[in-house]
Order: sequence, then C-alpha cells, then structure tokens
Amino acid sequence: MQVPAQFEYHKATSVDDAIALLTRHGPESFLVAGGHSLLPMMKLRLAEPETLIDINGLDELAVVAVESDHVRIGAMVRHSALLSSPVIAEHFPIFTDAERLIADPIVRNRGTVGGSLCQADPSEDLSAAFSAMRATAVIRGADGEREVPVREFHRGPYETAAAHEEILVAVRVPIRAGSGSAYAKLERRAGDWAVASAGAMLRLEGETVAEVGIGLSAVGAPHFVAPEAEEHLRGGPASDAAFVEAGRIASAHCSPSADQRGPVDYKRHLAGELTTRVLRRAARRSRGEEA
Amino acid sequence: MQITVSVNGESYVRDVEPRLLLTHFLRDELRLTGTHWGCDTSNCGACVVRLDGVPVKSCTVLAVMADGAEVSTVEGLAHGRSEAELDPVQEGFMVCHGLQCGFCTPGMMLTSRALLDRDPAPSAETIREAISGQICRCTGYENIVRSVQWAAAKEAAVRGSADTDTSEAMA
Repeated sequence: MQVPAQFEYHKATSVDDAIALLTRHGPESFLVAGGHSLLPMMKLRLAEPETLIDINGLDELAVVAVESDHVRIGAMVRHSALLSSPVIAEHFPIFTDAERLIADPIVRNRGTVGGSLCQADPSEDLSAAFSAMRATAVIRGADGEREVPVREFHRGPYETAAAHEEILVAVRVPIRAGSGSAYAKLERRAGDWAVASAGAMLRLEGETVAEVGIGLSAVGAPHFVAPEAEEHLRGGPASDAAFVEAGRIASAHCSPSADQRGPVDYKRHLAGELTTRVLRRAARRSRGEEA
Repeated sequence: MQITVSVNGESYVRDVEPRLLLTHFLRDELRLTGTHWGCDTSNCGACVVRLDGVPVKSCTVLAVMADGAEVSTVEGLAHGRSEAELDPVQEGFMVCHGLQCGFCTPGMMLTSRALLDRDPAPSAETIREAISGQICRCTGYENIVRSVQWAAAKEAAVRGSADTDTSEAMA
C-alpha cells in the first residue's frame, strides 16, 4: 500500500489566496491541481511536501476563452475539457490530436493543462504542443501577472520559469488565419507516455512557409522544440521534400535516451518520421484539405 | 481535518488525515468496499467512482478533495435490493456475462453509467474508448462492451415505451 507522508492541507479560495498560502508556508509547500502527477510521486515518497495547497476550487482558472487574436486556456482546464472544446478543435487541432493520446479518459477527467506544463516531465505532450504553437505562459505572483514564451517556460526536466510563490494561471495561444497544426505520438500501449512524439504548426502564404513551429517530446529536445528544422522550413516551399528534410534535421538534432521504451536509434528515427508526418498533416489542414 | 462528503445521497461527516486517499476513505472509513483498490497507480481503474458526476480514479484523489462533493459508488447504482431494481448497466453485465472474477466490475459499471448518461446510444468504439483507462485482467472486454450495449438498448426501449404511453395518453 502506497501512503504519502503527512502534510498540512489547505484549499485555496482564489489565486491571490493560493499565492499568499505559498508565501506563508515557504518552499516545502506545493500546489496541487488534478494531482495525477503529484499524488503518485507523493505515494512513492519522491515528493514530500509539508503543505499541499489545493487549487481545484478555482473555477476562474478553468475557462477556455477567445480574446481577440488569441485563445486563453486557463491552467485548471481539465484535459477532457480541452479535448471536447469546439473552440480548440476549430483553431488548434494539435491539442485535440494530443489530448486523444494523453493518459486515458478517466485520468483526463482530472488532470489539468497547467498541472501538465508545471510538472514539466520531459515526456509530457502538451509542452511540445504549446511550444509548437509558440504559445505564451501567463504567470501570476504577488506583484501581478507576467508573460513568458512557453519555449522559455521549461528550464529543464521538472523545472519551470514559475518561481515558488507564483502560479501559472493560463496559456495564451495566438490564432493565425490560414494556419494548420497536428500532433502525433507513438506509445507502447494506450494511455502510456510517449516513446516519441511530435507536433507542428504551419502558416502558409500560398505555397511558402510563413510561420512554423515544431515541438518534440520524449526525445531530449531542449525546450521541447526543433529550431534547426524550423529554420530549414521558414520562408521555403511547403513541399513534401522539405517536410522530409525537416524530419531528418529534427532527428539529427534531438538527443533521446535509451530506456524501457526503446533504444536511442529507434527514438531518433521516430522523431524524424513523426515530424514529417505532422508537418504533412498541418499543411493539409492549413490548405483546408483535412479537418 | 473534518470533511463532509455525500456518498450515494447520504451525507457523512468524518475527521480524516489529509493524506487519506478517497478509495481508502470509502472502503475503510465508510465500509463501502464495492469500490476496489487495485494498482494504486491510477492505471487499472478498479477504484473508479463518480465525483460530482465525473468518473475519477479514487486512488489518486485525496478524501479531503471530496469535501463538499457528491460521490457515487457501485453501492449507489441499484435502486433497491431486488434484481428488478438493478441499474440497467448492472443487468447488462449480468445478462451478457460482463464479468468473470469481478474485480474490475464496479469501476467498469460506473464508467459505463457515466457514458450512457451523456451518450445514450454509444457505438462499440465509443464504449471501448470510455473504458480504455480500465483493465480487465480476465480480458473479458468483448462481453463488457456487449453489456453496455445491452443496457443502452434496454434504456432506449424503456424510453420508447414511455413516449408511446405519453402519446397514447395525449390521444
């Protein structure tokens, strides 16, 4: 039987209350959202917070809202809500693709967007998807809100740009007319972490790549991105040959580790192949050839 | 810490440690042992209960998180103790042999009930997707899918005859 170590528990009544509680209880106090990463770690005593601050009651963070040229996704939006959101399906099919592959439906009922990003697991899917979309993290502290590109939010495995007394409150994703996006993941069994995964966003002007974002997860890509492959595509033709070459470049520049999910060469191969596939799909979607 | 949790419509007030998991609260504090305790790692789904209507894995929810919430467990599915008062999902599992050892059954039935509440006529694929976070180690998935389809058909028939009754009454 797995039992977490003892801790003090507080329910935050507002974001400001949560920040005040984090400040009062110091570095050994943790926020808990869906708890599907933190509670298993606490059961294994890999995490032993002295104080747990529950933010599940903060409904103001559970909102997906269109705000002029972007969509604001609250940190407490559950995976299931992101998956079923018509706004997300219309503007960012990358998240609908990704959410179908994150854990399982019951876990998705509980796990949150913010929790996934803040856990910052190197195999986490949404980090790669938001990085591909060049989204912005909105972080609130006692002195107000600040914004950090998602690509700078992740400082390394399990480490983010949010300070201890700050909360990730939302992610802002720009709406780009004429763009398309897609996500693909290879997993050993339904609901598992990725062996490798890739996400892509393309905005085409005619048949030229005007904007591109490529996210990679589980293959040791720094900040979950493939900048060399993006550079290859930007300003060039949206051709199949270019997508294949971008995959080759992404594959060459990532640094996967061998583990029970596969050896280095296999994961490197997948990184390239999946990158090419999501670029093809993002291009089809940007041309309106596929939903 | 004192919590008040409504379980199957009955309110319980208990003083619990914050680290107590919802599954153990139900089983050990309330003696509602129909909720099973399986893998303890949110993989197997034997512990699925509904928290404010939403299926969750109760091994990965703290009891204190359920303070003020409505929890439904397998004990709350039937309307009474006789076979006639079973939930159609329970009937379906019985008729279609949806269980062998029975360990995964409470979780499977709660997920199925929640599915039918939002999608009264799910395809086999939708049912498979809905239970994809739950493991039947007897590998009896085919019969579980049939059981849910049976329940959906029964509920559709009941709705149909209710509609007929209404229209007859109106005529």
